[in-house]
Parts: sequence; C-alpha cells; structure tokens
Amino acid sequence: MSLLEIKNLHANVAGREILKGIDLTIDAGEVHAIMGPNGSGKSTLAQVLSGRDLYEVTGGEVVYDGKDLLAMSPEDRAREGIFMAFQYPVEIPGVSNLYFLKAALNAIRKHQDLPDLDAMDFLALVKERMALMEMDQSLLNRAVNAGFSGGEKKRNEIFQMAVLEPKLAILDETDSGLDIDALKIVAAGVNALRSPERAMIVVTHYQRLLNYIVPDFVHVLAEGRIVKSGGKELALELEESGYVGIEGEAA
Amino acid sequence: MIDRIREEARQRFSDLGFPTTHDEDWRFTSVAPIARTSFVSGAGSQPAAASQAVPPGVEISKLSEAPPELIEAHLARYASYQTNAFVALNTANFQDGLLIRIPKGAVIEEPIELIIQSSANGHPTVSHPRILIVAEPHSHATIVETYTGNGGAYFTNPVTEIVAGDHAVIDHYKLQTETARAYHVSTTQIQLGRDTNFRSHSLSFGGALVRNDVNAVLSEGCECTLNGLYLAAGEQHIDNHTSIDHAKPHAASHELYKGILEGHSSAVFNGKILVRKDAQKTDAKQTNKNLVLSEDAVIDTKPELQILADDVRCTHGATIGQLDPEAIFYLQSRGIGLADARNLLVFAFARDIVDRIKVAPLREQLERILLEKLHGTRN
Repeated sequence: MSLLEIKNLHANVAGREILKGIDLTIDAGEVHAIMGPNGSGKSTLAQVLSGRDLYEVTGGEVVYDGKDLLAMSPEDRAREGIFMAFQYPVEIPGVSNLYFLKAALNAIRKHQDLPDLDAMDFLALVKERMALMEMDQSLLNRAVNAGFSGGEKKRNEIFQMAVLEPKLAILDETDSGLDIDALKIVAAGVNALRSPERAMIVVTHYQRLLNYIVPDFVHVLAEGRIVKSGGKELALELEESGYVGIEGEAA
Repeated sequence: MIDRIREEARQRFSDLGFPTTHDEDWRFTSVAPIARTSFVSGAGSQPAAASQAVPPGVEISKLSEAPPELIEAHLARYASYQTNAFVALNTANFQDGLLIRIPKGAVIEEPIELIIQSSANGHPTVSHPRILIVAEPHSHATIVETYTGNGGAYFTNPVTEIVAGDHAVIDHYKLQTETARAYHVSTTQIQLGRDTNFRSHSLSFGGALVRNDVNAVLSEGCECTLNGLYLAAGEQHIDNHTSIDHAKPHAASHELYKGILEGHSSAVFNGKILVRKDAQKTDAKQTNKNLVLSEDAVIDTKPELQILADDVRCTHGATIGQLDPEAIFYLQSRGIGLADARNLLVFAFARDIVDRIKVAPLREQLERILLEKLHGTRN
C-alpha cells in the first residue's frame, strides 16, 4: 500500500478551479519534487493536503496511510503524521516557540496514546534538533516567528519538522527568499530527515533547491494538472528549456 | 468628622441621583438595573485583610479606629462625592472600611492582600466597601484587592483612595471575580506625590454589570502605569473608565487596557488624559486593544485627550480585532486542536498584561480564571 494516493483531485478557491484532476502516488522513503510556473496549482495542492479550508475540494480522493485524508481535520492530519512547511510561516506574538512546540508534540503523542514528553527529555530533543538547523537557542523563548528574518522563519519550519518527525513532509516553496547559505542549511536539515519511513513532497518553482535536495521523482504541474513526470534529470531539463516547452507539450 | 462627610455625601447623592445614559460618562452603561432594585444592606462584605498575617511594617486598622489626623487629612479628600454619584453613595453609606498605612521609608516585600467578599442571602444586598491607602514618602508596597462573592444578585460599590507620598513605589492590583448576577461599580482614586512610581492593574472577569473608574492625579516626575484586562462573556457588560490628570510637568503615564469579548457581551473603554497648562514635558501613551470572538459582542472604545500644554508627547491608539484565521490554521497544522488553538491565541493576546503581574500566585490565579472562563463559554 502506498503512503499517499491522490486520485483525480479537483479543487477550487473562491469559485475558480485551480486543481483540475491530479493523480499522484507516493511511497514511504520517496522524495517527490513538484515543479511548475506560478499559478500552476503547486501551492494549492500543498494547502489542500494539509487541510486549509480556503480551498474547496470538488472532486477526487486522497488516501493517506489507508485513510480518507479529505475527511480529516487539519489537526488530525498533523497527528497522523502530515507536516507542511509553510511558504509564509505565520507570526504568533505572545506564544513562545518552546510552548508551541511542546503543545504540538504532546498533541501528536496523545493521539498515539503516548504520555506527554517529560520536560527534560523535551528540552534535550529540541536542543539537538536546533543544532541540526544551526539555530540560536534564544529563538526558543521568542514568540513563534515574530520578528524572525525570512531565513530564520524557513529554518524554524524545518526545525519544527525535525522535532515532530512526520511521515509525510510537504515543503511549500521552502527555498523562496533564501540566500544560498540559508538554502544549504535548510537542505542539509531536510536531507538529515530523509528516511525509508518518511516521504517528502518538495514544491518549488526553481531547480536550484533540487541541487541540494535531490528528488527521486519530479512532476511538472501546469494549469492544475501534472503534465510530465520523470526522474531527477527532468528538473535539469526544465532548467535548460524552462516551463514554456513543457506547457506547449501538454497542449 | 466622618459623620459630617457622610451627611454631605448623602445630600449630594439625593441631588445627583443615579446617572443615566444621557450623562456623557455613562452613555454606554445603563445603571437602571441597579437604580430600580431595592437592596438590603449586606453583611460580611467589609474589606478584610486576607487570612495570612499582614506583612510586618504595615499598619491596618478599621477606619473607625484609625488615627483621626489621618482620617481628617485623607478620607474623602480625593474621590469626589461632589461629582460622582456612586462615590457619594459609598461615602454616605460605608459601614466601616480599612486604612492601610505604609510608614515612611518602609519597604514591604510581601503583597498586602485584601479580600472583599459579598453574598446575597435571599434578598439582593448592597455593600459599600471603603479602603484608604496611605503610602508615606519613600515607601514601597504591593496591594492586592480581590472582589468576589456568592449567591444571587448583589451590588458592590467600592471606593478605594490611594495617596502616595513623594518617591513612593506602589503596585496596586484589583481582581474582580464577582458572581454572574452581581453588579459592581468601583472607583479607585489615586493621588501621587512627586517622583512616585505607581502601577495599577485592573483585572475584571465577573459580574453582570460592571463599571470601574480608575482616576490618577500626577505630580512632577511621576511615572504612572495603568494596566487593564477584561474578559466579558454571555450577557456581561464591563465598562472601564480611566482618567489621568497630568497636573504637573515631567510626568509620564503609560496605559494599556486589553479586552476579550465573547457571546453577547459588551464592553466600554474610555480613557481620559488631561494635560494641564503647566504640565510641560508630559509623556503620555494610551493603548486599548480588543479581541472580539463573537459577532454578537459589542465594544465601544474612546480616547478623550485634553491637552493644554504645548511641549508634550501624547499618543493613543485603539484596536478591535478577531483571531487571525491564518494563525489558527498554523497551530492546527502542527496537531493542536481547534479549541486549544483558539485558547492559545486568546492567551497570547492577554500575555503582555499577565506578564506584568509580579505577584506569582495572582498571575497563576489569573491564568486559571482565563482558562476556566474560555472553556466555560465554549460548552
């Protein structure tokens, strides 16, 4: 059984159809890159999978780990192991990073019938994963993303992912707004989390990120459909010819 | 002396009567439910020091047994029974109150805790708690007034006068957790000497109909902070009126009131700042922020600035907002349930006021109250 099976998925935002029949199957251990021009529906796909209610699913189905994903609340999706790294991480003044992560981790553990993590163990885990992302520990006591630079926010997303250890990670344009040094740190963090039990969907506009996070599969999205799929070499091909050729091919 | 003041106040109340919504100061708060109820005098609702020992160095006495020269010098000198009908009502009717005296130069580290507990026994009861706090020059103290009650409808009408001598450092907390059917109309009148540092924290959660007036008169070099937090749910109405009188130059005032409204509740914030003609170099900042969690809740917020000096800095701002759906989704996307996500964000909104509370048990109590009330209104 595959970890994720998307079948003929259609979705609207504000009455406009964005996803026009997506089919995609992902197995544990695989990294799938989803590429495509702006407006192709890449981010919409990521948001629909994580349960954002701005998007209305109008057709198709998504089976995740044998369950009907679309019937689940966003929090239950997270508790079942789905994690989306936001393109635009949200600032939450008044809630410390540490408190937030603890609430999240314990909500997930509770769902798995595990007891709350003891404060010392939690802190040890957090510090270890923080070092992975080369983040300053002072960020723990700061409010979630409040006053963080663009790079710090993206690193914080991957750091959260490292703490929450999802089964399916969706990175929504995690490379946007990152300079090359920050990109390398983020990519190294992501690569450290690759494992045979974990699948990843890497949504990106540019091939650059895929030099550092090398995917097993590349899919090209255009106008709400996957128009081409291939191995990692497809990304390089796109780098050469751009999306114009691909769209032409699809038409 | 007290008898003469009482008689004057009684006369004054019969002239003033209860205010109506035609009075500008009471435009959004109708006290008709109080005016038309016939209350009987409540027993057991006099202010009392909390059961634990009064911190050493503090003198607490009943007003009737207090040194006459202190009563003469301070009682009813600050809270105006000439202009405020509820102050007049209190002054005419208070049974016995408390005098808290913090002697010159005394540094009292433990908070001075006062409990004012009201109860209704079959009949609606009324009480007029009266507190006079005299902080002598160079003294430091923290005072916590807690208003609570049990039973059905009752009316608590407290007046607290605080007079702080030069260089005094005073933290004053007023926690209001009356019952759901209670009426609570309070006046806290603050008279500050030179170079005092005074912080007021007004925390309002209970009561069906609540009005708090906090009035401060500042001298030269004062630093005055007014913090407020109110959470109204159901059919509650909570009205906070504050007034800061910059009477002298070089004083600073910082005011932050935050409100959370649920259900069909309503709240009022009216912040008056008066900068008198010779109060040059005044620095006044007023902020009122409201989080409205229901479409049926109503908030009226109004700054009232009157600036007669020309070399001053005065700023004010008011916001009315809802929980950010992006933030709720972000929390949910990390596994935190919808109700917990909402509560977390409400807590976050109140966080800066909660963090300013230096009395740890009070801060913890406040967190419990917030949590209980947020859960209660969702069920």
